[in-house]
Amino acid sequence: MIDLRLDEEHEALRKTVQEFARDEVAPVIGDFYEREEFPYEIVAKMGRMGLFGLPFSEEYGGMGGDYFALCLALEELARVDSSVAITLEAGVSLGAMPIYRFGTAEQKQRWLPRLTTGEQLGAFGLTEPGGGSDAGATRTTAKLDGDHWVINGSKAFITNSGTDITELVTVTAVTDVKPNGRKEITAIVIPSGTSGFTVSKKYSKVGWNASDTRELAFADVRVPAENIIGEQGRGYAQFLSILDEGRVAIAALSVGLAQGCVDECLRYVGEREAFGHKIGTYQAIQFKIADMEVRAHTARLAYYAAAAKMLRGEPFKREAAIAKLVSSNAAMDNAREATQIFGGYGFMNEFPVGRFYRDAKILEIGEGTSEVQRMLIARELGVG
Amino acid sequence: MPNIVVLVKQVPDTYSERKLAESDHTLDRDSADAVLDEINERAVEEALLLKEAQGGEVTVVSVGPDRATDAIRKALSMGADKAVHVSDEALRGSDVLQTAKVLAAAVGKVEGYDLVIAGNEASDGQAGAVPAILAELLGVPQLTHARKVELDGTTLKVERESEEGITRLEASLPAVVSVGEKINEPRYPSFKGIMAAKKKPVETLTVADLGIDAGEVGLGNAWTSVLEAAPKPPRTAGQRVTDEGDGGSKVAEYLVAQKLI
Repeated sequence: MIDLRLDEEHEALRKTVQEFARDEVAPVIGDFYEREEFPYEIVAKMGRMGLFGLPFSEEYGGMGGDYFALCLALEELARVDSSVAITLEAGVSLGAMPIYRFGTAEQKQRWLPRLTTGEQLGAFGLTEPGGGSDAGATRTTAKLDGDHWVINGSKAFITNSGTDITELVTVTAVTDVKPNGRKEITAIVIPSGTSGFTVSKKYSKVGWNASDTRELAFADVRVPAENIIGEQGRGYAQFLSILDEGRVAIAALSVGLAQGCVDECLRYVGEREAFGHKIGTYQAIQFKIADMEVRAHTARLAYYAAAAKMLRGEPFKREAAIAKLVSSNAAMDNAREATQIFGGYGFMNEFPVGRFYRDAKILEIGEGTSEVQRMLIARELGVG
Repeated sequence: MPNIVVLVKQVPDTYSERKLAESDHTLDRDSADAVLDEINERAVEEALLLKEAQGGEVTVVSVGPDRATDAIRKALSMGADKAVHVSDEALRGSDVLQTAKVLAAAVGKVEGYDLVIAGNEASDGQAGAVPAILAELLGVPQLTHARKVELDGTTLKVERESEEGITRLEASLPAVVSVGEKINEPRYPSFKGIMAAKKKPVETLTVADLGIDAGEVGLGNAWTSVLEAAPKPPRTAGQRVTDEGDGGSKVAEYLVAQKLI
């Protein structure tokens, strides 16, 4: 009836990324993290192996794969490190996807070939300093002046927006007020380096320290009228669909972190001794690890289910929210337990579980907080 | 446009615990994950670099059990064009001479080959002899332990690295080259490559298909046999030197005793 095995190609991709994460990311990422440095060389390697092109057609330099392939890659990367995983996630699902899905043929030809190869990164500016989940509270404005948009305002917590290879940021801005008093939101591409577009220095973050996150400011930024993505006034509908997909991607990333905690603990409890025995021989530890595996496994099933509906073209909003909620919980719980199992070493940055602990919290916040996911699930059920 | 053959071998993953079977000291293939040997990835990469620069075709040749298909697929997903897989129960336990003989026959099936590229030594058997034996059997020059390969028309130039230093070799095609660790950094297969690999032709042959008598190969007919095998003893804790003012000389004494200085 149902078959949850991966097909040959997806399994081969998963293994390839697993190997890449083990051999290329794991040995070096801790140092980048400590230095809060963006790992350009790793990102370039990810680009060369086609990870940034996974869900895009070959016409635009993509791999001709699907969104699930991206999810598998994110899971395997996040098993080792979340900073590189979120760089990929944001680059693909927020940077390139809006252009791929809603852009004109000309926009796609112009921007996608270098975004899908990871030579350049795109970012998506939705959240503002005064509003995250309340996307309707957008204050950034864009006014048409002749054949240019003039943009004013600011955006907060924008991933990939200030790297040396950032090519553009797609921002949502209020372009009009509808007769019903609601704001009309439009997505507009602002190329990096446009006059009046300021990228602040990197935030000091609790986690994801080897990824690039910045605040953006726009003071009379002028971009050609043709830089709007899709139709004027469609920005709100666009980012809602982009966010639904993104939730499945963040769920996959969360599952990776949750599984990475299990991986690290399995290694550690077979080596570490306390009271004369390997700590893995104690039931207190065994039960913790069993629970961690249960959380990672069930969260994986949740995101597989959401991805399956998405790929079949069915509505998947509820499943995406469930997957995001359950997997970010799993990540947070597993990171806390893994750190506990490692004891004092868990609190040291030299062990990956400490990094996992710091990286887990944002998963309950970004791409819609856990509260927002519950809101969405309840709404889908017709409550309230 | 060179017609290149790359030899690949599926080996137990060096990241897992590798064992020999207790009964006959052949490789216990169930004890570890099976992967394409890393040195073979470098051989494939070198072939692909030559192909990308000069055109031509890359054929993967492998001798191994049915499940070696996975290693072959990986080479194909990196970008090789087609494969020949010699799989036969009779081959189980074959030594380097027998393997080279089978490989020579399989390479002979690749019409008009110009260059055979191999890894210099597999991570499991570590005999490091197959490329040289193969070259002898094929009657072509052997340029082993290459850290750099250049192909100019039908002239092959290789930098051979050994403990004594670097030797520059030159030969005319056809030839056999074996590459070392320093030759290149192999690429990771892309998803496009993975999907394309599924459609690439893999010819599966038995020893009979190669005109070899089953009695010439396999453990029972090998020229060498493993008499005894024991796992490496676990690493000992080492010797701790406590510095009580004479730490330096104690360390020096230890190193002298070990004939390290």
